[in-house]
Amino acid sequence: MVEQRTVRPDHEAIAGRVGQGARVLDVGCGDGALLDLLKSTRGVDARGLELSSETAGIALARGLSVIQGDADSDLELFPDDSFDVAILSQAVQQMRRPARVLGELARIAPEVIVSFRNYGLWSRRLTLIRQGRMPAPGLAHEEGVLLPVTALDMIELASRLGLACVAMAPVRGSAVGEFRNKGLGRLNWGADEVILHLKRI
Amino acid sequence: MPDNAPPQTSALRVLSLPEPLKLDCGETLDQVEIAYESWGEPNADRSNAILICHALTGDQFAASKNPVTGRPAWWPRVIGPGLAIDTDRYYVIATNVLGGCMGTTGPASKAPDGKPYGTRFPVITIGDMVRAQRAFIAALGIDSLFSVIGGSMGGMQALEWAAQAPEQVFTSVPIATSARHSAQNIAFYEVGRQAIMADPDWCEGNYLAEGKRPSRGLAIARMAAHITYVSESALKRKFDRGLQDREKTSFSFDADFQVESYLRYQGHSFVDRFDANSYLYVTRAMDYFDLSSRSEGRLADVFRDTPVRFCVFSFSSDWHYPPEANREITRALIAAGAEVSYLDIQSDKGHDAFLLEEPIYEKALAGFLSASAELRGI
Repeated sequence: MVEQRTVRPDHEAIAGRVGQGARVLDVGCGDGALLDLLKSTRGVDARGLELSSETAGIALARGLSVIQGDADSDLELFPDDSFDVAILSQAVQQMRRPARVLGELARIAPEVIVSFRNYGLWSRRLTLIRQGRMPAPGLAHEEGVLLPVTALDMIELASRLGLACVAMAPVRGSAVGEFRNKGLGRLNWGADEVILHLKRI
Repeated sequence: MPDNAPPQTSALRVLSLPEPLKLDCGETLDQVEIAYESWGEPNADRSNAILICHALTGDQFAASKNPVTGRPAWWPRVIGPGLAIDTDRYYVIATNVLGGCMGTTGPASKAPDGKPYGTRFPVITIGDMVRAQRAFIAALGIDSLFSVIGGSMGGMQALEWAAQAPEQVFTSVPIATSARHSAQNIAFYEVGRQAIMADPDWCEGNYLAEGKRPSRGLAIARMAAHITYVSESALKRKFDRGLQDREKTSFSFDADFQVESYLRYQGHSFVDRFDANSYLYVTRAMDYFDLSSRSEGRLADVFRDTPVRFCVFSFSSDWHYPPEANREITRALIAAGAEVSYLDIQSDKGHDAFLLEEPIYEKALAGFLSASAELRGI
């Protein structure tokens, strides 16, 4: 099978962690590219939540079930365990209340996959030390990053919410490393972005 | 000029319900006729039927010209070959609602005594309208609908179908609607009803028998309601404070302003095609609509574990049934565990946007229906 549309490597990596036919909620699903991939390759029951009317409209036009809504306030409506997997793909850092969002996801689904920019990356640490400035403030501002966390921070936050990290993978540019369940220090030092696979303890 | 006779109905397709219809008010209508129109063809297992539900002043002519009034189809952008509601794929049916005045039994119809019902017609509900539609669909030999789609009051019916007969609807598409009429909604429609009833030609509802029509009252009712269908910004864009065919104000009560002239036109053109008593009955049905009242105020409980797939749309500048009212439906459906999609379309066209050109909305509706059709094997 030749997939004509370019599939983002991080999407492919996330899809690889999702079981066949699972019920999946993608929070901050954008135009639904990841959900589309999950639907076509994993046969999942795909649902999305997206803040923007424009991108939610594109996802709907694709035939996906998407609710235009705000994760900061709408997640509390979903019944307990209504999904098998909840995904936060490059969305957690744009949330006003990330801890609450992650906590809600842990209630809605026993597994949570979260990907985010890792501010523990050595070059970002260096920027802060050398220039006394937050790494890539312009970029962070443009993308609405409210939470410049490191991989270590996120794992600690997850564990406080009753989620254990069972596997983690680094993303550098378009390359996604292998999922491992150890080597957090190296990951935190070297990964531009991180994908964490969390499970309810 | 308004015609004193009820609309000419020979050009209408009408089906008589085989059984009497029990109503929420406790009364029974022995003879009910449903006027309808359809496009496309049923498939072999009759699983591709879509019911289109019209709004307060709409009719069954969603996708073709009304032969009685000569008015064009009201939803031609959406229903047709290759369009979102694709008549090459779906069998599309629209009925005139119970209590309406385009051929379905309503207050202008003849009662068993041969005279028009007038206000002797029982007060009906959205639930009654849907029960009539269910009996109609069954009479057509259709067990279940692929979709029920409607805007405004049509959206209430789409919700009511899902609540009343979840096993008979695969998908429900409520658009620019509400699960319960708000105090503001009731207030505006009460103004309209009072205008009609204050017209001496209303004759206590007996105008048809007396050869009159309360055209002034009905026109005012339409004018008041029409204001709620358009947004402030659309009125400003269209008219602002522009004067109508004059350089300055006339120091009189003529239609100096374009917006006055526009509203008067909306009122006058309406009375030729709508029955005043129908307006009373149908607005009353909307006022009585409150789905959550069936579950002690918890809308989610009405839809608990429903198998119906929903797609809810609202329009950002709609202040008749604002986005919040539609979001409330969506939130209840999420809590009920339903599969629901929701989209608030950015538009400055107000409530009427659901009938107008909004490309994202049409594409999203097409995507939802097409994906649902695949699941259903259509």
